[in-house]
Amino acid sequence: MANHKLVALRTIWIKEITRFMRIWVQTLVPPAITMTLYFVIFGSLIGNRIGQMGGFSYMEFIVPGLIMMSVITNAYSNVSSSFFSAKFQNNIEEMLVAPVPTWVIIGGFVGGGVARALLIGIIVTCVSLLFVDLQIHHFAAIVITLILTATLFAAAGLVNAVFAKTFDDISMVPTFVLTPLTYLGGVFYSLSLLPDFWQVVSKANPIVYMVNGFRYGFLGVSDVSFSTSIGVLIAFNVILFAIAYRLLDKGVGIRH
Amino acid sequence: MYALEIDGLKKTYKSGVQALKGINLTVEQGDFFALLGPNGAGKSTTIGVISSLVNKSEGKVLVSGHSIDDDLIAAKSCIGLVPQEFNFNQFETLQQIVVNQAGYYGVPRHIAKERAEKYLKQLELWDKRNSPARSLSGGMKRRLMIARALMHEPKILILDEPTAGVDIEIRRSMWTFLKKINEQGITIILTTHYLEEAEMLCRNIAIIDKGTIVENTSMKALLSKLNMETFVLDLDVSNGRTARLEGFEHRLLDNHTLEVDVAKEAGLNPVFNQLTEQGIQVLSMRNKTNRLEELFVRLLESGRDGGNANG
Ligand SMILES: Nc1ncnc2c1ncn2[C@@H]1O[C@H](COP(=O)(O)OP(=O)(O)OP(=O)(O)O)[C@@H](O)[C@H]1O
Ligand SMILES: [Mg+2]
Repeated sequence: MANHKLVALRTIWIKEITRFMRIWVQTLVPPAITMTLYFVIFGSLIGNRIGQMGGFSYMEFIVPGLIMMSVITNAYSNVSSSFFSAKFQNNIEEMLVAPVPTWVIIGGFVGGGVARALLIGIIVTCVSLLFVDLQIHHFAAIVITLILTATLFAAAGLVNAVFAKTFDDISMVPTFVLTPLTYLGGVFYSLSLLPDFWQVVSKANPIVYMVNGFRYGFLGVSDVSFSTSIGVLIAFNVILFAIAYRLLDKGVGIRH
Repeated sequence: MYALEIDGLKKTYKSGVQALKGINLTVEQGDFFALLGPNGAGKSTTIGVISSLVNKSEGKVLVSGHSIDDDLIAAKSCIGLVPQEFNFNQFETLQQIVVNQAGYYGVPRHIAKERAEKYLKQLELWDKRNSPARSLSGGMKRRLMIARALMHEPKILILDEPTAGVDIEIRRSMWTFLKKINEQGITIILTTHYLEEAEMLCRNIAIIDKGTIVENTSMKALLSKLNMETFVLDLDVSNGRTARLEGFEHRLLDNHTLEVDVAKEAGLNPVFNQLTEQGIQVLSMRNKTNRLEELFVRLLESGRDGGNANG
């Protein structure tokens, strides 16, 4: 029986990966282009005038944050758009009529989002190598932060898609929540540049912990301690997965 | 054990619509069962509850003896569902759709691929296996959903209006196919608006209207309830006479077309005898209405008047 569930889980992964590979022009190319622009404009052109940040060249400083930014948006949008269109076209019913447990559905969609996020992470990292020599301070820290961030935002995308009633509803959160939080999450600056008050406020932003955990893995510097970063990531993961599980188990938005 | 047992099933949607008002139904294993009813009667809702796409409000459902409350996984594994609306991903290829569906039921991929070939071939879709589903015609899409529903080799196949929008030739080949798999032991439950279809295929039948079962019986018993048949006779009136019949309800539509109601046990001979005596020849004859159609309307009317259609 356990084996049956693994077959189902693998099937959803294959389906999800096939989906984003089939529409690679929409899913893989845009982040590569956007990030190249960021590297050219902020890293090379403006960065040279900024000088050092946190003891590193500006380019080196922003690369981890930019990789993280693409991981976040891609994990999120892959799951939110895939799950929402499955709901919208009713093909989520294919899974609902079959004996697929709720955790397999969640694991399947989240796994698909993580796969796309990791692939994008690798692509963006490769692009960044054209601009800087990336150093790696702590490889395991990079991998752990990357995976926990990807699962967190994939689960968040799922929750968003469960509630969404129109395609607009799934673009609201990225526009009004994710993008501002990411820009204010220390991708482009060190929190130490901010006045004390805003430093405290910034620490309420979960993305700060991801960007900094990730930056610690590459550069060995961080505005917050690495264990705090991991703690925050795990806590948010637990919360989002619990919400997603409850919603899907009750059939919110998918069963009448 | 029954293939399907429904007891006191009620469903009220969030909108407040009470789609099912307490349905009782049993379907024998190996049966070919029709669920008939007008638009909005509650057929798809019933099927939705059985296949766990719709949460019931009240009542019990057992699928091959497995309760959908306590043993949902086992219940789901027994059912193959062909829904009323197309619900596959239009961008996936036929092969992907059926192989993935098997995967959701835990069928390993290499076996799923063999079955995909088997069922896509049986439903004459193998040539199209690598095309995206959106490029199929309506009839092909229906057949794709049948192939998809068979991929985990279920004991019970439930089809919600499988032949809607399908031309007569393909409809007939679907009938042949369904009869064949029923003979192989799969229980089939289908909903349809085509009474001819139910008459052709099904052994047992339930008629549902406004969320209530108004009739649940064998096809044979249902048909024998209607013992009057109406025939339309085309007459040769070259001798200038007007046909007259005694002892039969009849209507002359024009001077050479006669409609006559005949009780089954009375037979047609007396009609012919009377006409022959008048020197009138019968050139041709046809059955006027679909009897089932007529019965259907009658049952629904008596149900709505509060009459007891089961009596
Ligand atoms: N998701 C839903 N939300 C609210 N009401 C619904 C929903 N689905 C169906 N209904 C209502 O429930 C009733 C029964 O609908 P159902 O789809 O079961 O009928 P049906 O017998 O399948 O009809 P048809 O032959 O047209 O397919 C109708 O009044 C319908 O409007
Ligand atoms: Mg229906």
